[in-house]
Amino acid sequence: MMIKAEALVKTYKMGRSIVRALDGVSLEVRDGEMLAIMGPSGSGKSTLMHILGCLDRPDSGTYFLAGRDVSRLPSNQLAEMRNRHIGFVFQTFNLIPRLSALENVELPLLYGGARRAKEKAKAALASVGLSDRIHHEPNQLSGGERQRVAIARAIVTEPAVILADEPTGNLDSKAGEEIIKIFTELNAQGRTIIIVTHEPDIASCCKRQILLKDGRKVKES
Amino acid sequence: MLFWTLLKVALKGLLANKLRSFLAMLGIIIGVAAVISMLALGAGAQQQVVERISSMGTNLLVVHPSWHRRMGVVLGTRQNLTLSDAEAILSSVKDVKGVAPVVRGSAQLKYYNKNTRSSVIGTATTYFPLRNYEIERGRSFTEGEVERSSAVAVLGSVTAENLFGVNEPIGEVIKINNLNFRVIGVLKPKGETGPFSPDDMVVIPYTSAMKRLFGMDYLNEINIQATSNSALNTVQEEVTSLLRKRHKTPEGQEDDFRVFNQAELLETMSDVTRTFTILLGSIAGISMLVGGIGIMNIMLVTVTERTREIGIRKAIGAKNRDIMRQFLIESCLMSGLGGALGVAAGVGGSKIVEKALEFPTSVEITSILLALSFAVAVGIFFGYYPAQRAALLDPIEALRYE
Repeated sequence: MMIKAEALVKTYKMGRSIVRALDGVSLEVRDGEMLAIMGPSGSGKSTLMHILGCLDRPDSGTYFLAGRDVSRLPSNQLAEMRNRHIGFVFQTFNLIPRLSALENVELPLLYGGARRAKEKAKAALASVGLSDRIHHEPNQLSGGERQRVAIARAIVTEPAVILADEPTGNLDSKAGEEIIKIFTELNAQGRTIIIVTHEPDIASCCKRQILLKDGRKVKES
Repeated sequence: MLFWTLLKVALKGLLANKLRSFLAMLGIIIGVAAVISMLALGAGAQQQVVERISSMGTNLLVVHPSWHRRMGVVLGTRQNLTLSDAEAILSSVKDVKGVAPVVRGSAQLKYYNKNTRSSVIGTATTYFPLRNYEIERGRSFTEGEVERSSAVAVLGSVTAENLFGVNEPIGEVIKINNLNFRVIGVLKPKGETGPFSPDDMVVIPYTSAMKRLFGMDYLNEINIQATSNSALNTVQEEVTSLLRKRHKTPEGQEDDFRVFNQAELLETMSDVTRTFTILLGSIAGISMLVGGIGIMNIMLVTVTERTREIGIRKAIGAKNRDIMRQFLIESCLMSGLGGALGVAAGVGGSKIVEKALEFPTSVEITSILLALSFAVAVGIFFGYYPAQRAALLDPIEALRYE
């Protein structure tokens, strides 16, 4: 079991009122699964992704990632968990400007202190079909290419889970299809992928879908 | 590996905002340049003082008669130093290498139609080595000539030029206060110019000066050379007690003479220039602190601008200390680069001062290292707060930042 989350609760203060962004969500994801988390805005799917991605801690509930309880870890150890076990792909790509594609992909390896970072980064870029673009900076790349660099950066550390937050939201439909194709290929190679989306087309590519509403899991199929 | 990447990113960032980075570094540049040039000026002044004082002679003590006062009013100098005082010092004080009695006066010198006023020094042959004068041409006078009160004169280089221009002065006869003196030598210049140049004078035997020229029976100075620098103080003490005894000064009464000690003067003057240098240096240092505030300001702007980048870095696994290090590297790069430019400007500036004002400067490697390390320290100190702010950013908030 790669991910095992139980009764996650997260509340926020919005002025005077308290918002329960997650209200007891439990979730299990097995190795090699491809899962879609769906729901309207305000349903708590971003909050869930932040907790699953070790960017945030739940108020209560437990979360086991790769066999370790991470729900109470201090921030520096969370950073280590993110570095080793999570690969993020964002809607807005989130590449670092002024760094080349290669340097962007290398970065998580450098923070993790890995050896032979350059070779691994080149291999990851090759696997998303960008071998000829490694020295380009983000502003010299198209949207689809940028997202592919971001995917390379997510997979270069061989993480347990790839978390993609609306990965096609800023792309035209053709580039979006390509990105989804890459995800299904990666899944076919055995990688665990969680995609947060509100587009049913994309969700339908996943074998399992979860629907969130008002911080609760309302449907699983 | 990570360090080099961070350094490269920092450098790229600096180059991407050239004007902004330059303006932020300007305070440091000016501060470092000021520190370097102030220290260089101070060291130059110190060197000059030391040179000037040691050019007066080595291990030198000079005894002057003290002021003759009545009711606190200075009436003139006493006339109590005698030749026998000088002889007694030479014969009975230990560690004395040489003694030169001196009478001074000012006189009109004449050679045909050339006329100049110059100071006349009547002394013994020992005067030249004592005061570090060397003969350039001709010779110094002999002890026989001193004994016979011969009318011979050795000219300072400036005096020689005033009277003779480019002509050869040796063997010529000049008039000193209308008495004939034969020029037998010319001194090597000491290289200082101005109204009180040590090269504008004429040296004659003290016997001739006392009997023929000025009609004096007392001395204006006794110059004493000690055998070594360490003996100066004991020689000074012994000379003082000897002269008190000879002048029958009752105990408890002030000396009727003053002793000028070269080592003491050197120390005092060095202290003065050192204090001055430290003062100027610290004023310059304050401008470096101001420069540090400039760097802090620009680093705070940078951190805000790059909030999203910080969020990304944290998301892919950067720890707080990684972010901290990144921004400290950037602020140190800025202050270090500013420091290097400041060193260049300071060294260049002091060379220009040296050329333009003919004032000696001396840039020391220690002051460069001091200024550079101070600059980097300023970078760390003023970079710390912005870097900490960056490090403590919440990754989710930072990723949402537009």
